[in-house]
Amino acid sequence: MSISKQEAKDFRDQVSAWMKENKPADPGFLLPQTFMEVGDERQLEFLREWQHKVWSAGYLGMAWPEEYGGGGMERGYQAIADQEMRRHAVPICFNVIGLGWAGPLIIDMGTEREKARYLKGILSAEDIWCQGFSEPDHGSDLGNAQTRAVRDGDEYVLNGQKIWTTMGNFARYMILLARTNPDAARKYDGLSYFLAPMNVPGIETRPIRKITGEYGFTETFFTDARIPADCLMGEEGQGWKIAMQTLQYERGAEAGAAGGLMMVRVTIDDMIEELRDVARDGEPVLKDPVMRDQLVKMIMEEKSIALGDRRARVPALTSDYPHSLMLSHKLRTTEMTRRMRQFAINLQGAAGGLYVGDPEARQGGFWQRAYFNSFSATIGGGTSQVQANIVAEHILGLPK
Amino acid sequence: MSVIGNTALSFSEEQAMLLDVAREFCRKKSPIAAVRAQLETGSGYDPALWDEMVALGWTGIALPESCGGSGMGMATVVPVVEAMGRAMLGTPLISTTLAAQLLLRAGGEGPMESVLADIAAGATATVALLENADWGESRITCTLDAGGVLQGSKKFVADATAASLFVVVIEHHGAPALAIVRAGQLSGDAISPHTLIDQTRRSASVNFGGVAVAEGDLITGGAVVTALRDLYLLGALLTAAEATGSAASCLDTIVDYLKTRKQFGKLIGSYQALKHPTVDILTAVDSGRSFIYHAATLLGEGPLDRDAEIACRMAKAHATETLLYAGDRAVQFHGGMGFTYECDAQLYIRRAQWSQQQYGDAQHHRKRLASLLLD
Repeated sequence: MSISKQEAKDFRDQVSAWMKENKPADPGFLLPQTFMEVGDERQLEFLREWQHKVWSAGYLGMAWPEEYGGGGMERGYQAIADQEMRRHAVPICFNVIGLGWAGPLIIDMGTEREKARYLKGILSAEDIWCQGFSEPDHGSDLGNAQTRAVRDGDEYVLNGQKIWTTMGNFARYMILLARTNPDAARKYDGLSYFLAPMNVPGIETRPIRKITGEYGFTETFFTDARIPADCLMGEEGQGWKIAMQTLQYERGAEAGAAGGLMMVRVTIDDMIEELRDVARDGEPVLKDPVMRDQLVKMIMEEKSIALGDRRARVPALTSDYPHSLMLSHKLRTTEMTRRMRQFAINLQGAAGGLYVGDPEARQGGFWQRAYFNSFSATIGGGTSQVQANIVAEHILGLPK
Repeated sequence: MSVIGNTALSFSEEQAMLLDVAREFCRKKSPIAAVRAQLETGSGYDPALWDEMVALGWTGIALPESCGGSGMGMATVVPVVEAMGRAMLGTPLISTTLAAQLLLRAGGEGPMESVLADIAAGATATVALLENADWGESRITCTLDAGGVLQGSKKFVADATAASLFVVVIEHHGAPALAIVRAGQLSGDAISPHTLIDQTRRSASVNFGGVAVAEGDLITGGAVVTALRDLYLLGALLTAAEATGSAASCLDTIVDYLKTRKQFGKLIGSYQALKHPTVDILTAVDSGRSFIYHAATLLGEGPLDRDAEIACRMAKAHATETLLYAGDRAVQFHGGMGFTYECDAQLYIRRAQWSQQQYGDAQHHRKRLASLLLD
C-alpha cells in the first residue's frame, strides 16, 4: 500500500485549507516553542484546545489504530499533515511525551488493557503525560536511578525524587523508572517501569522557576505514594530495557509517534526577516558592515549543519571518522542555536534590553526568551562539555 | 527564498574512486619527509612525481576529451586537490588546472584545442593575475601596446618558475583580455621569485614587458569577463579543498601527539583544555568537507550560477579559517616542540597563512556573501 501522487496532493490541499481556516489568532501572550516551555494555565489551556481540535479534525494520530482513537491510516498521511502544520506555522501539539514516547511504547509493547486505557486520552489532550527518569543526583546516569518502588499487596509504594519533570504539575500520568530490587547484581536489573498516575496522595510537584522567569519543569517528590500494582509495565526488572526503548522514540530513531508539530523551528531566515527594520547608525542594521559579517558567519554555520546532514549519507565522504557528523550533531546544533539567538538580541539596539512583558519588546521578547531557553538543549541530554568529551574519546580516540 | 536554501550534495562513483586513488597515491609518494625535501629547492616539487600525476590523467580531469582530457569536470578535481592538501603535496597542479580552465572558458574548446592538449599532456601553466596584493582590485594596468607588445608586470604569479605557459590577464581596448605567453618568450631576468611563508609553494613577480603576442595568442570578447569571474571562484574552491585536506592532516598530527605525549603523569589528550579545541577542529574540518563537496556539486559545465558562487565563497571563507585555527593550535599544543622548525606543526601554520591569502581571505568572501544573501 502506498499513497499515490494524486492522493497525496489532494490530501495536502485539504490539510492546508483546514490549517488556513483554523489557525488560531495571536492569543496576545507568548506561546511555547517547545513542550518544555508550558509555564502557566493560560498556555496549557490554549494548547490543549488546539491539540484537541487538530485531533478532532483527524490530523493527529493518523497512523495509530482506529480502535484507540487513531486514524488507522498510512503513516505517509501524517507526514504530510505535519509538513503543512510546519508550513502554516500553527502552534505545537504539546502533549509530546504522550504523543511521541509513551504512546508509541504502549502501542508496541503494551497490553490490550493499557492501549484501551491510555491512547485516546493522549491524542485528545485530555491526559497530559510526563516522564520520571532523571533524578537530582544522577543527571545523566539513568541506570543509577534510586527512586524506590516496593510491592505491597496489590499496590506499589513509591519513595524518592525525580527532577526536570516537564509539565509535572499538569500531568495525569507519568512514565516512571523506579528501583524495585536494590540488591540486583547489575544495577540495571533492579529497575522497573511504570505507567503511574500523578493524582494520588504522596506525589507532590514543585515547579522549578527557569532563568526565563517562567515555569515548565517540576521537581517531583514521592512520599509513601501508593499506586495500583497493575501500573507496572512488563515485568519487574525490565525497566532498563523499556526505558532504552523509550529513548529510541525520544531520539526519533524509531517511528511510531502520533505526529503533530512538536516544536517551533526558528531559522536564521526568521531572524533576518524579523530584524530587517531595526536601525543602526540611522541605517538598516542589515546594512551595517560589521553586523553583516557576523550574520554571514551565522548563516554559514546553520548551512554547514544542513550540509553535514546530507554528507553523512555519502559513505565515500565520511570514511575518515564515519560517525563524527552523527555523534557531534547535538553539540553543533545546540551551540549554533544558542549563539544565533543571543546574536538576535545584539542586533536589536536598546530594544535588546527589553524583556517578555514589556509592550515594546520586539516580538514580545521572543528572542530574549528563546536565548535563555536554548540552554535547555546545551545542558539537557548531556551538556555540550560532556558531548565534546564523548566526541573526543569515541571519534578521535583521545584518552579519558 | 531561504538563505540556507540549496543543500545539494552528491558524489559520483568516479569521484569516489578518484578520491581513493589520489589519497593512496599521495600517502605513498608524498610522506612528510618528501615534502620537507622540497622546501628549499628551486621549483618546489619533484618532476618525476609530476610526470606520474600527468600519467594518472590529473592534468586533464576537467578538460574535454577533444583536448586529451577525461571530461569529468572541475567537480572531480576537488577530491584530488583535497587529497594533495592532506599530504601537503605542492606541485603546479592547481595553477595548471586554473590556467587551463581560464583558457577553456574564455577562448572556447575549438580555438584552444592545441594549447589545452599540451596542458593535458603535462605542460605546466599558470595565470598571471595580480598586480598588487589586493584580491578585490579590478583595475588592470598590464596592456598591449600598438605594436602588439606587452607592457607591465604581475605579482604573486603561482609556480612562475615552473610554468611553461602563462595566461596573462591584460586590458585591451578598455576590456579585460588574455595573452598567452610561453616561458621561452620571457627575458632571462623577467622572473623574480618571492620568498614565501609557505615553503611548499612557489610564486614570483614576472615582468612581461617587451613580449610580443601573436594574434592567435590573444583572447578577447565577453567570455573573458565571465571566465575571469569564474576563475576567482574556482581558485577559491580549489584553495578551500586543499586547505580542508591540510586541516584534516593537521588534526591527525595534533591527535597523534595528544595520544602519546605525557605531562604531569598523564597523556595530555586527557586534559579538556586540549581535548575540546581539538573537537572544535574536527567539527570545523567536517563542515569544511561539506562545503567543498556542496560547491563541487553545484559547479556544472558552463559559467557558475548564483548558488555555485555562494557555495564557492562559503567553502573558501570556512576552509582557510579552519586551517588557520588548526595550524595555530597545532603549534601551541606541541608546546616547546611546536616552536621548532623540526616539528611538522610549522608546515601547517605556514600553509594556513598562505591559503588564507589566495583568492581572497575569509572577510573578502563574507563581504560578497553578505551582498548575495542579505540585500
